[in-house]
Amino acid sequence: MSKTTNVAAIFLTFGIMTACYFGAADETVLHTERSLYRNIIVYESGDERCMRFTKQKTSRQTCISIKNPDYLVFNYTKMILGALYLQQEPEKILIVGLGGGTLASTISRILPKAKIDTVEIDPAVVRVAKKYFNFRITPNVTVSEEDGRVFVKRAIQKGMKYDLIILDAFDHDYIPEHLLTQEFLREIKEVMTSGGVLAANTYSSSRLYDHESATYESVFGRFFNLRLGNRVILVKNDGLPSKPALIENARALEAGLKPFGVGSDFLLPLFSTDRDWRRDARILTDQYSPSNLL
Amino acid sequence: MNKSLVFLIAGWSGFFVMAVELLSGRILAPNFGNSIYVWGGIITIFMLALSIGYLIGGRLSIREPSLKKLSIILMVAAVSTTPVVLMSDAVLDGIFTLIQDPRYGSLISATILFFLPTMISGTISPYAVRLLVTDSNRSGHVAGLLYFVSTFGSAAGTILTSFYLVLYFEINHIVWTMIGISFLISLFSSLAGRKHVENN
Repeated sequence: MSKTTNVAAIFLTFGIMTACYFGAADETVLHTERSLYRNIIVYESGDERCMRFTKQKTSRQTCISIKNPDYLVFNYTKMILGALYLQQEPEKILIVGLGGGTLASTISRILPKAKIDTVEIDPAVVRVAKKYFNFRITPNVTVSEEDGRVFVKRAIQKGMKYDLIILDAFDHDYIPEHLLTQEFLREIKEVMTSGGVLAANTYSSSRLYDHESATYESVFGRFFNLRLGNRVILVKNDGLPSKPALIENARALEAGLKPFGVGSDFLLPLFSTDRDWRRDARILTDQYSPSNLL
Repeated sequence: MNKSLVFLIAGWSGFFVMAVELLSGRILAPNFGNSIYVWGGIITIFMLALSIGYLIGGRLSIREPSLKKLSIILMVAAVSTTPVVLMSDAVLDGIFTLIQDPRYGSLISATILFFLPTMISGTISPYAVRLLVTDSNRSGHVAGLLYFVSTFGSAAGTILTSFYLVLYFEINHIVWTMIGISFLISLFSSLAGRKHVENN
């Protein structure tokens, strides 16, 4: 690197740091907490109320719009609702990783009859979701405060089955290692109904992309890969629906999803089945899962 | 030569214990998760096993201590680690079915799989001190040096395993390799120990 670019890089870094510093000015912190697992920061900025686990402004766990609480702020939550295009009316739903409870709240609005079980490892996150993000426990919405993998293993023993499973568990830097392995995905498959759907929220830019894709493919075969900032993997236990079937489902759901800012003109073009990863990528297993190092 | 071998055994044993402790978290996670109490249980069991190991090692060192016996202890520790590879799935699934609360499930599992090898490894340090101390005035100095080598080994085992080994190898491969290294060190030092006796 030449000296000029070095200097430029320093100024650029400095510029970013100042931008972050001033960016903090319009942010009101409502709540900070050091929980058993992480720092939790709840803050408001403009029309958004958000929760994050790190000091970095870029990694937000969840956000809601204050003026329009129905509207989904994140593209990834919209992409996860794309799971309904694969199966219109799931009756039993499992959400691993609560965050602000946005997904649970939204889905229980769209499908009031659905039974939704959520699992969250950190009791503090559950409290924060209730207090700051309008998350409500109802006869149809439960929370288990435990590790997602343990919950799923118990669910297998009890013979429980879900029509829709959403994986949205993150710690401060990525998905916990034991929730990325082939063995875990096989356990997930065991608690899915025959026509059940899995929606997994991951990152698209991470170096794990190839490994993660290979691991999902090894358990589920082909899957829809939606990429827009985040990456959402959509799987159907009895095979992916055809394009016309997808479009038909999307049409039927159009009115119901509209209040949440989700439309088929936005979602459908994102459904991709391209296998755009390295085929020889090593599969993640309980024996080999250095996810947070990759 | 013999003194270096005693230090080598103590340092390697420190490496071994911490590498296994670190991997034990990964071994328990599929059944009991990554919750804070799983790590709490693991650390408790390792500390408890080491503390009892120190007690036993001190007692063992009273009667005719030798490098050969120390080598045998290292080998026994390695052998007692083999269930971690061979039986962990069966043990973990069994305990998971038997005990509903993941706190006690992970505590009991950690006890079954890791208590014995860690306790045996714990006997090495006091035993090694006995072999190294020839002059009671220098016993503190020798013990300090021994703790340094053994705990330095632990630090190396921790960082190498967590930063690099898990990036390239499967958990079982790492454990097998370490068991193999223990065997080699044990074999080499028991042969060297015998030679020493003959020389005397």
